[in-house]
Amino acid sequence: MNSFISADSIKFEYKNIEGQTQLALDGLNIKIDKGEFVAVLGHNGSGKSTFAKHMNAILVPTEGKLTVKGMDTADDDLLYDIRQCVGMVFQNPDNQLVATVVEEDVAFAPENLGVPREEIRKRVDDALEAVGMTKYKLHATYKLSGGQKQRVAIGGIIAMRPECIVLDEPTAMLDPVGRKEVMKSIRMLNRDLGITIVLITHHMNEAAEADRVIVMSKGKVIMDAPPKEVFWRTEELYDAGLSVPQPVELLLLMRKDGAEIEEGVLTVEECAEALAKIIKSARK
Amino acid sequence: MIKDITLGQYFPGESVIHRIDPRVKIILTLAYIVMLFVAKGPIGYGICLAALIYMIAVSKISLRIILRSMKPLLFIIVFTAILNMFYIPGRILVEFWILRITYEGIETAIYMALRIAMLISGTFVLLTYTTSPIMLTDGIEHLLNPLKKLKFPVHELAMMMTIALRFIPTLIEETDKIMSAQKARGADFESGNLINRARALVPILVPLFISAFRRADELAVAMECRCYRGSVGRTRLKVLKMQPLDYIAICVSLVLCVSIILSAVM
Ligand SMILES: Nc1ncnc2c1ncn2[C@@H]1O[C@H](COP(=O)(O)OP(=O)(O)O)[C@@H](O)[C@H]1O
Ligand SMILES: [Mg+2]
Repeated sequence: MNSFISADSIKFEYKNIEGQTQLALDGLNIKIDKGEFVAVLGHNGSGKSTFAKHMNAILVPTEGKLTVKGMDTADDDLLYDIRQCVGMVFQNPDNQLVATVVEEDVAFAPENLGVPREEIRKRVDDALEAVGMTKYKLHATYKLSGGQKQRVAIGGIIAMRPECIVLDEPTAMLDPVGRKEVMKSIRMLNRDLGITIVLITHHMNEAAEADRVIVMSKGKVIMDAPPKEVFWRTEELYDAGLSVPQPVELLLLMRKDGAEIEEGVLTVEECAEALAKIIKSARK
Repeated sequence: MIKDITLGQYFPGESVIHRIDPRVKIILTLAYIVMLFVAKGPIGYGICLAALIYMIAVSKISLRIILRSMKPLLFIIVFTAILNMFYIPGRILVEFWILRITYEGIETAIYMALRIAMLISGTFVLLTYTTSPIMLTDGIEHLLNPLKKLKFPVHELAMMMTIALRFIPTLIEETDKIMSAQKARGADFESGNLINRARALVPILVPLFISAFRRADELAVAMECRCYRGSVGRTRLKVLKMQPLDYIAICVSLVLCVSIILSAVM
C-alpha cells in the first residue's frame, strides 16, 4: 500500500464486438517505488502495453486493484489527478503529437490542466530545455527526425510535471541515433529530476540500464530483479521468448567452452574486463 | 507528384504577414476573395495582384512553393479558362466547325485564370503558409464564438481542424510510401484511361484508411493521457491580442477594397 504504484493481482480482459474475450493480464502483482527506473520486458502479446495503460487509468482492471500514490485508478473522480501524476509516451511519435509547432504541442497538457498562461510558458521552456529541444521551439513537428519527435513527445509529458513517466517501446521506431538521444533524455529525467521511469522495451541493452527489470509472460510477472541477476537467468529468458544482451551471450558461450567466468557482467566494459582477466590468467 | 500538395504546411517566420492576428487574417482573406470577384478591368486586378506580390515578397515564401501548390489545380484553371474562351459571345477571332473563339472570350479566360490563381496563392500565403495551424484554428474559434450560445460545438470544430491540419503532411508522406511500395510490386498509376487509373487508387486508399483509423485511435489515447477533456477549464499558451500592426493592416486593406469597388463601379 505504501508503494508509489501498486498493482494487486490485477486481471484484464479485452472484449471484442462479438463478445469474445481475451485475457491480457492474469493476476499481475507489481510494486514500483518513487524514483525507481524499472524496465519491463516480454515478448509480443505478453501484456506489457495493457499493463502500461493501467498505470494512468486508460484501462481499469477487470479484477483486482491498481493504485497510484494510494489513488485507486477505478475512481472516476481521481482520473485527472492520476493522469497528471503518471505520464505516458508511446511508440509512434507521429501519433501522439497534437500540434504542428513544437512549443504549441508541449503546451497541450498544461493547457488542458488549466495552468495559468505565464506558468505554461515557463513549463514549456523548462520541458524543452530538459529534452534538449529549446532550439527547435518554433519548428514544425513534421520536419523533425524520429528521435527529435519522440523527445518533443517526452517534453509534452514533462510539461505536465508528472512524478512518473511510462514509456511504451519509445525507441522501437527510431534509428540508432534517435534511440541514443531518447535514452539519454530518459536517464536524465530519472537521475536529475527524480522522475520514476517505467520503460517498456525490446532492446536488452536499454533494459540493462534500469535499476530493476520485470519480465512478463502471458499476463504474469515471471521475473523481477536487478538486471545483473535477470540477464544471467538465461534459460528462463529464452523460455519467455527473449534474448540476452550480447556481452552475456558471448561470456556464456565461452563458459560452455570451459572458460571460468563469474556471473553479473552486463555492460560492454565489464565484458571487456572479464575477457582481459581470462587472457591474463591463461598467460600464467 | 503527391508531394506537390503543400496544403496545410506552415512555414514559420517573423515577417509582418506572419505576425498579423489570425482573426484579422481570416477576415482579410475573405475580403480578398470577395474583392477578386468584385474586381473588374485592369485597375481592380492590378490592385489585387500588387497586394498579392507584396504579401509574397514580405512573407519570404519562395515562389517555387507557391507555384507548386497551384500545380494540382492547374487542370481546373486551364479547364475553366478554355471553357470561357469558347462560350463567351462577342467579336469573333477564329472560327472552325461549331467552335468559335472571341476576343471577349480570351479576355474573360485570362481574367478567370488569373482570378483562380490569385485566389489560391493569396489564401495560401495569407493563411496556411504564414499562420501556425493552432493560431489559425484559434482565430476561427474566436470568430465563431458567438455561435457557442446556440450550442454549436465551436471548440470541438477548432480541435478537429487543428488535428486535420497536423496530420495532412503525415498522411501525404504515408500515401507516398504506399504508392512507392505498390509501384515496386508493379502497380501502374500513370497510364490507362480515367477508370483504370481510379481503380489503381483502391489499393492505396485501403491501407491508407486503415492506417488513418489506427492513428486516430492512438492519438485519442495520447490526448487522454495528456488530460484532454474538451474546452472546459482549458487555458492557452498564446492569447490573441490585437496589435497596432493589425489596425494598420485593416486600414490599408480597407483603402484597397474601396479603390477596387470604385474602379469596378465606374
Ligand atoms: N484492443 C485490443 N483488443 C483485443 N485484444 C487486445 C487488444 N490489445 C491487445 N490485445 C491482446 O492482449 C494481449 C496483450 O497485448 P499487449 O498488452 O499489447 O502486449 P504487448 O504490449 O506485450 O505486446 C495480446 O494477446 C493481444 O492480442
Ligand atoms: Mg505493446
